[in-house]
Amino acid sequence: MAVITHDSTASGSRAIGVFKDLVSRPSGAIGLFLVIFHIVLALVSPFIAPFDYKLQNSALMLSQPDAVHWLGADHLGRDVFSRTLMGGREALLVTGVATPLAVIWGGFVGILFGLVGGRLDEVLMRVVDAFLSLPWILKMLVLIVTFGTGVEVLIPTLAFFYGIPVIRIARAATHDVIARDFVWAAKARGHGRISIIWRELLPNVLDTLMVEGAMRWSWMLLAFSSLSFLGFGVSPPTPDWGLMISDARGFMSFAPWGVIGPVIALSSLIIGINLTADALAKALGIDRAQKAPM
Amino acid sequence: MSKHPFISVKSLSVGYDSRSGKTIQVLRNVSLEISRGESIGLVGESGSGKSTLALAAMGYFKRGLRVLQGSAHFDGIDMLALERDELQKIRGGRLALIPQNSGQSLTPTMRIGQQLTEALRLHSDMASAQFSDRVVELLTQVRLPDPAALVSRYPHELSGGQQQRVAIAMALAGEPDALLLDEPTTGLDVTTQAHILELLRDLARERNMAMLYVSHDLGAISRVCDRVAVMYAGEIVLTGSARQVLLTPCHPYAHGLLTSIPRLNQTSLPVALDGRPPMPGEAISGCAFAERCPLADDKCRSKSPDLLPVTTGETVRCFKRDMIAEMPVSSRKPSRKDDLDNRTSDSALGLEHLAISYTKKDWLASLLFPGTPVPPATVDGISITIEKGETLGLVGESGSGKSTILKAIAGLISPKEGQIKLHDDKVLKPRVEDRTAVSLRQIQMIFQNPDDSLNPRHTVAQILAQPLRLYFGLHGEILREASVSLLESVRLGAHYLDRLPSQLSGGEKQRVAIARAFAAEPEIVLCDEVTSALDVSVQAAVLDLLDELKTRQGTTYIFVSHDLAVVKAISDRVAVLYQGRLCEIGPADAVYKAPFHPYTEVLLGAVLQPDPDVAPTLSADDVVEFFPPACGCPFQRRCPRKLGRICDSETPPSREIAPGHYINCHIPARDL
Amino acid sequence: MLLMLIRRLLLGLVTVCLVSLIIFAGVEILPGDACTQFLGEYQADDELLAQCQKDLDLNRPAFDRFSEWAGGAVTGELGLAVDGKTKISTIVGDRLQNSLLLALCAMSIGVPLALLLGVITGLWRDRMPDLIASTLAIFAMTIPEFVSATLLILVFSIWLGWLPGIVLTSASAPAAEFFPEILLPVIVLSMVMCAHIMRMVRSSVIEVMASDYVQMATLKGVPYWPMVFRHALPNALLPAINVVALTIAWLLGGVVVIEVVFNYPGLGRLMIDSISDRDLPVVQSIALIVASIYVCVNLAADLLTMLANPKLRTMYTRK
Repeated sequence: MAVITHDSTASGSRAIGVFKDLVSRPSGAIGLFLVIFHIVLALVSPFIAPFDYKLQNSALMLSQPDAVHWLGADHLGRDVFSRTLMGGREALLVTGVATPLAVIWGGFVGILFGLVGGRLDEVLMRVVDAFLSLPWILKMLVLIVTFGTGVEVLIPTLAFFYGIPVIRIARAATHDVIARDFVWAAKARGHGRISIIWRELLPNVLDTLMVEGAMRWSWMLLAFSSLSFLGFGVSPPTPDWGLMISDARGFMSFAPWGVIGPVIALSSLIIGINLTADALAKALGIDRAQKAPM
Repeated sequence: MSKHPFISVKSLSVGYDSRSGKTIQVLRNVSLEISRGESIGLVGESGSGKSTLALAAMGYFKRGLRVLQGSAHFDGIDMLALERDELQKIRGGRLALIPQNSGQSLTPTMRIGQQLTEALRLHSDMASAQFSDRVVELLTQVRLPDPAALVSRYPHELSGGQQQRVAIAMALAGEPDALLLDEPTTGLDVTTQAHILELLRDLARERNMAMLYVSHDLGAISRVCDRVAVMYAGEIVLTGSARQVLLTPCHPYAHGLLTSIPRLNQTSLPVALDGRPPMPGEAISGCAFAERCPLADDKCRSKSPDLLPVTTGETVRCFKRDMIAEMPVSSRKPSRKDDLDNRTSDSALGLEHLAISYTKKDWLASLLFPGTPVPPATVDGISITIEKGETLGLVGESGSGKSTILKAIAGLISPKEGQIKLHDDKVLKPRVEDRTAVSLRQIQMIFQNPDDSLNPRHTVAQILAQPLRLYFGLHGEILREASVSLLESVRLGAHYLDRLPSQLSGGEKQRVAIARAFAAEPEIVLCDEVTSALDVSVQAAVLDLLDELKTRQGTTYIFVSHDLAVVKAISDRVAVLYQGRLCEIGPADAVYKAPFHPYTEVLLGAVLQPDPDVAPTLSADDVVEFFPPACGCPFQRRCPRKLGRICDSETPPSREIAPGHYINCHIPARDL
Repeated sequence: MLLMLIRRLLLGLVTVCLVSLIIFAGVEILPGDACTQFLGEYQADDELLAQCQKDLDLNRPAFDRFSEWAGGAVTGELGLAVDGKTKISTIVGDRLQNSLLLALCAMSIGVPLALLLGVITGLWRDRMPDLIASTLAIFAMTIPEFVSATLLILVFSIWLGWLPGIVLTSASAPAAEFFPEILLPVIVLSMVMCAHIMRMVRSSVIEVMASDYVQMATLKGVPYWPMVFRHALPNALLPAINVVALTIAWLLGGVVVIEVVFNYPGLGRLMIDSISDRDLPVVQSIALIVASIYVCVNLAADLLTMLANPKLRTMYTRK
């Protein structure tokens, strides 16, 4: 009998294919551009900022934007433009570390729960649900207030609390995958649990986790800037957009530029991440709609 | 005699624009005419465009499809030029569709009665006060039991067969002049299928409706249709009367298709067709079928033949239509156990009093409502000894427990009672995690759906490497060589190693799954409906492959299928199951001949053969049962030959009708 | 059916109990107790500390304190704040009322608008109304609340002077006195709510419109709008129940930032203030109330879904 010889589509690396698909979409291209822009900015801003962010000059308090100070000065006379350029550094550092941690720990536990199944899984999920019903701010503030606001507290706190919703997602994805025949086939061959998790489960759950991770990052940034806004995040004089907006709020009626700069910066970053996450989901072929029950 | 064509499609080409900008054609220059009172069958496999054609006759195109050229007329009305509100009046009224999957096609939030009333309101002239009576009348016409109660039910509360009948009733509500049927019996049990087809046949005759019946199932088509058109790769390649096309087809594809379907009266394996049908978008030069055709020459590969009439009234699209007689018809005898080199009557696998249960005890229910009975086991009382080198077929409809038994043998489900013995002495641990490496290697399983049984993220090389590494510790160059030779044994080239499952067709994927199972050099291979998800023209090739592998390696197969002809073609012995209990077991030829267990008789009677002269016998109702009875014979509620109370209370004894042939029934052997 | 309802109710009860345990244990784990936390700020002497602990009865074993607190919570008796004098139920009662007012106003605008926009953008997918609405929704969802609040204050309060940008009414004032100060916070909240719910309804509508049964209805000859209302929407809007429920829960406990920006005297503000003041008993009680509301709302949503979804309703009655 003839051997089948239809021409094959070039396999190539899947990651490259997904990346190409991502940037071919307008949302993906814009989003990725914004994200990369901000990351680069955070890295180079200390070197390109015209003024020292800490430098206070009482003569310049709340002065209008001019050729020297492009965005004017804040209530302590510091250059708003420089502070805006550098305002994302702490946020990106903290969330950039905490997000992968959250996804890893939440994903790990979620997959474990999904595999365990049965009674234990049900009981543990009730505990997780109970935990999730508490307002996020409360949980975080209690820890922060007790242990301080340094980076070494913020990162684990954010990672821990934002990992919990990932547990649900990873568990649901795991449930979907283990019902499929190729996992049964692996089990029937006699592969051990670890081998099944690593070889069969993980590559298929990874897509969902990646998209979830991107969304987590944007929510974590929102939370981080909210915390800074409320005074529980970054400590002065470190520049942070949330903190800057909080400080400048009181003077908004006559000095709105102190607010506009950080607003645009923060919003553009978060929108960028969201657009990228959306485009990534489409490129990976994940249907993120919540399904109608029928 | 020329009848005025009622449905007329002329030179229709339909396609969609792919992301890369190319226009991909789904229908290529198709013309079809159906007269009033005529039933035409449209046969084709995946990629043939048959469903698109049926929907196009209604002027409907799925999102993304557009008409490239041609026209579609219904009773003289141009369907492609009508406005939406004009189309609405015709659709569901004079021209009605019966969809493929009624379970999905009935709105889940509306009751059956409401949906039927809606159809009446739209298309009939009756006064609204008469609607509810008419609804009950319609439901009775499609032979649904207890229509008055059915009216207030929701679609998901009905079985598949009942849902399909409701869809038919809904189509009839508008008193249609023409019916379009898109695979209406796919996914239904054998007996249910037979009943529904009888209903359709009667309705067509009574009402003088024009009917377009789209299906890949030639048996169904032969039962209902007067004329048949065969489609391949978006074109019509053959038309003719049902007898002409099904018994003496003039096109190589049709011929190949018909010889590749296993028949009940055959004693050998069907002849397989090479290759697979082309998917829309694949580049085709010359005749679409040329690369698979044993008669093809250079002319066929470069020029595309036209659809031309032949003296007998058929139309054929082939340069070689006069050479059909030269197509291979002889086929191989399947390798039987007696032909194998190492003939022994050693037991390979023993199932002893196996009982398996899916349902778990509901603690809350038993707490609040004590005394709720425990549901009976899904599978019970299975004791079979499978001999080395034989192929045991397990047949039954949905709920028969055949897949459940396979899963228990594989260790994926633990039996409630009983045990499974390997080689007459080693009791297999019920859970796969507890089994020894040796017994794991010796039992391998192939699953039904190749899309699901291969990890979409693994290349073929990785898929094959898993068992080779696990059981034999191979790696590196030796591993690769072993993988290549495995691929060769399933007739795939070495270049398949780097492909992902998404780049393979269904048949190719299933071959990889077979290669994966054989990589372990197993003694026993469990085949769970391995051909059911494949195109008809590909199924025979897979059966052929399985047989060849058995000849070479002397493997024991347990072959599960709902398709009786397929099971007969490949099995030495056959066991018939109903609701998880054994009805009959014996050599394949004996089981398929009288004397029968009453259920076997019903089952065999309902099988549809692709032969217009053969009619099925419908003996039992097509009631679907969801769980077995608590005691007595599993078939007690439907048996046309029920003796009486003894069938309800006592488990039927296993009587040996002939050496090796057992029937479990209360009726004495001489009366069967 | 009855069985399912009972099961779900039991689940809710269990969750609330778990929550109370978690809260209590969480507070216990923290270094010190309510009094050391509070007074520690001011480095008070031992006498004050002892007095405080006596007032709050902190010297009993944990289990006793837990049962008293939990038992009391059921009857509405939440104990005393850390100052030993103010009854928690009084403070919390006012704030809860105010939060409810805010939530109700936001919901009555946000939910209907979101459902309407969701259906419109789903039906006219990728056309002008969808592009505009979806883009606006993305902005509303991704820009932090304090940012949109600040921007709106800038525009409507400072530049245009149409609405007051800050709430100055006292916490215990009756509802009517909060207008018109409550309008800007309501607008911000509605915007955010609307964006989330709208997106979700949109994808549900798109999915249902692509389903087999909608195709069948069209092929049955059902005209477009009757098909949308009778066949598509009842299925598309079912998941909306859950999202709306989550939104309600969020409105009652998660809008801390908005309350701070507008100085609105709701539960969220109280939460922040008592955390800053290290008033642990109050924090504990707020946590319990908010969590219980969350659980109840989810319970109601699940029960409603069960009743509305014929598949769930009839699961046990198949013949």
